[in-house]
Amino acid sequence: MIPVLAAVIVLVIIGSTFFLRARRSKLPQLPKTPEKSVAETVSADSSLDMVSDRLDEAQAEPGDLVRGTIKSRSVFSNIIGKIRKSSSLDQQLWDELEDTLLLSDLGLSLTERVIEGAKAAVAKSQKTDGAAIIDAIREQLRLLFVDAERELIYSGVTPTVWLIVGVNGVGKTTSIGKLSSLAAADGKKVILAAGDTFRAAAADQLQGWAERTSSDIVRSVPGADPSSVVFDAIQKAASRNYDLVIADTAGRLHTKFNLMEELKKLRRIADKEPGHLCEVLLVLDATTGQNGLIQAREFTQAANLTGVILTKLDGSAKGGIALAVEAELGVPIKLVGVGERARDLIPFDPEEFISLLLDVDQDGVAGKLAGDN
Amino acid sequence: MFDSLTDRFDDIFSRLRKKGRLSEAEVDAVLREIRAALIEADVNVGVVRTLVERIRQETVGEDLQRSLSPSQHVIKAVNAELTKVLGGESLKITYASRPPTIVLMAGLQGVGKTTAAAKLALWFRHQGRSPLLVGADLQRPAAVEQLGVLAGQAGVDIFSLPGDPVTTAIAGVEEARRLGRDVVIVDTAGRLSIDEELMQEVEKISSSIQPNYTFLVVDAMVGQDAVNSAKSFNERLSLSGVILTKLDGDSRGGAALSVRHVVGKPIAFASTGEKLADFDIFYPDRMANRILGMGDVLSLIEQAERTLDKEVTEKGAKKLRGGKFDLEDFLEQMQQVKKMGPLKGVLSMLPGVPKEIRNADIDERELAKVEAIISSMTRKERANPEMIDGSRRLRIANGSGTSTAAVGTLLKQFKDMQKMMRSMGVGGPSPTKKAPNRANNKKKKRR
Repeated sequence: MIPVLAAVIVLVIIGSTFFLRARRSKLPQLPKTPEKSVAETVSADSSLDMVSDRLDEAQAEPGDLVRGTIKSRSVFSNIIGKIRKSSSLDQQLWDELEDTLLLSDLGLSLTERVIEGAKAAVAKSQKTDGAAIIDAIREQLRLLFVDAERELIYSGVTPTVWLIVGVNGVGKTTSIGKLSSLAAADGKKVILAAGDTFRAAAADQLQGWAERTSSDIVRSVPGADPSSVVFDAIQKAASRNYDLVIADTAGRLHTKFNLMEELKKLRRIADKEPGHLCEVLLVLDATTGQNGLIQAREFTQAANLTGVILTKLDGSAKGGIALAVEAELGVPIKLVGVGERARDLIPFDPEEFISLLLDVDQDGVAGKLAGDN
Repeated sequence: MFDSLTDRFDDIFSRLRKKGRLSEAEVDAVLREIRAALIEADVNVGVVRTLVERIRQETVGEDLQRSLSPSQHVIKAVNAELTKVLGGESLKITYASRPPTIVLMAGLQGVGKTTAAAKLALWFRHQGRSPLLVGADLQRPAAVEQLGVLAGQAGVDIFSLPGDPVTTAIAGVEEARRLGRDVVIVDTAGRLSIDEELMQEVEKISSSIQPNYTFLVVDAMVGQDAVNSAKSFNERLSLSGVILTKLDGDSRGGAALSVRHVVGKPIAFASTGEKLADFDIFYPDRMANRILGMGDVLSLIEQAERTLDKEVTEKGAKKLRGGKFDLEDFLEQMQQVKKMGPLKGVLSMLPGVPKEIRNADIDERELAKVEAIISSMTRKERANPEMIDGSRRLRIANGSGTSTAAVGTLLKQFKDMQKMMRSMGVGGPSPTKKAPNRANNKKKKRR
């Protein structure tokens, strides 16, 4: 309790300082803002929510797996090629290697961990040729991944529920569309819950996906309680023998207290009988920087994440932050989005990802990931 | 989660306090910390290298003994350097002599272009202009409807045509001319910078409507890739500036610095909240502090002003200073503070919060428990906790759904804290003294 007591007192002091400061600089007095009800705050948020899933449906051009994956490794192949050729590694090359990892948004502490680990391994083995060094780095990168099931989980008893969460604009709705398409192709009977009720267009978009994948959809009026939508979807799924409920949620910044509270409630509802919540997936945009780690931490605290969907990997960003999330929080990357089509949402395989980073043989490697489809 | 740069520097400098001059190795240690802070803030690695080199030149051989706090000195140098890069010449909107002034919005998917377009329209309205919004994002279903809803909130008209974005943009500018609008803002679809076809399309829109201003919309949460995409867009569209969005999150926003440095175009506007009015000209000095992890004091002030009841807060502070702060006051203040969001989040934004408190594991449920316990006391008990005997304690425990032990702990801790506050005279934990921000300086003066 001590921290709580102390924190409140510190805030009181600082809060009063603000007001005194404001008065001193003769700023116009702001009218007293009455405490907002949750509902009001939420509706005020809706303008922001409207940008959520901007990616939806609009993903540039038909996803080109080969192109996408080559892009995400070109920055590495440059330096890796250099290392391969060199008979010994000098400090400058190590530095370049470090910069390369940093450029992938892996973050400073993990980058240092990988570099230091590789250095130690190289020193121990006394082999300093390029190939040995790459092996050492491969081994270090491998250590960052958790040993986890990466296939999406279905409950033994229907209906299974998957909850999809994330900040604004990462591509949640698109990912749900793709997921439903993949599950339907697997012979599952799918129902989508349009839990993003703050934006009329979100439910419409989801409806579009539902029609395309012959899935069902449960939606409500704009501004409705998202929990009730998810609840209704689960009830319907149970009474009509659906296999899977995929629940969409409005994009929310993890710093918005009320919206994160709402998410906690959503999770509780999704986990109630007759539903069986098997996945809570965080959609993470590959362009996200170090803030992604904070996002993942907050979302996992609120909703206990089971995995990450890494989107927009067909751009020039490398998505290293997802690795950081996996290494730091133990939340495995389960799927990767590399294009617009449903089949451009591919299962994530750490070994392949490492190969992409380390193997210079371009066609062979790029073909590996693409070959999955 | 990050140590503030001040803390890191203090560690280094405490080791070399006695020496007059910084040796090369010591400067290196300091620079490593600066580099780390910048990288954690998502400043591009290449840009970091340039910055660190510049800062090195300014600090090597510098006589830091004379300054009372060497870390303050270095931080000031770093801050000045960042502000210099972020600032430079800021963008001044000059309106076309033959209206309308044409503005083009571009960017990756999901960065908040449509919202930024509507916010910009509102901003122009507040400048006394009458803008027209043109929805040329025809890729995503309902994108135009979204713009329509936002335009309605901003009190601005919208124009769009189904079909081709280039045609729509041209027609939109024509429409603005016909209606006699003096500003026209064209929203475009999000696109990947490596998507040749779509990049050509936006290039074509640009060459067709000849915008006076082209803004790249950049998400403050973006990482190292910011530089690549900004470069591509700048090559195609010759940007006038950048609009930084989602600054109401807690990302450090180092990308702003990278983009400014690499593309050489100013950050023109910043979007700082969910409301359409939460949009303003960009302030480089605030951003420099934020990137360094020094707390976004100014934003917090705004948040405090919005959510806290001034009188209640001042009353609390007065009682604290007078050493008469009782449980009743505590409850009142706690309910205030709660409005600002999770304690931990608020604390992490504040510079000068003692490390012990900032890093303490604050469980928000504890807060609820404390509130429940105090709420279960009578007013008399709150003012005079000594009167709480065994049976009262049991009643309070039952009333709040806690245990007598929890009630006892709270009472004891509060008493200790009261003692501590009295002994300090003010109630403020002393480690704040070192903090380098205006809020704290004011506080000191007041004391």
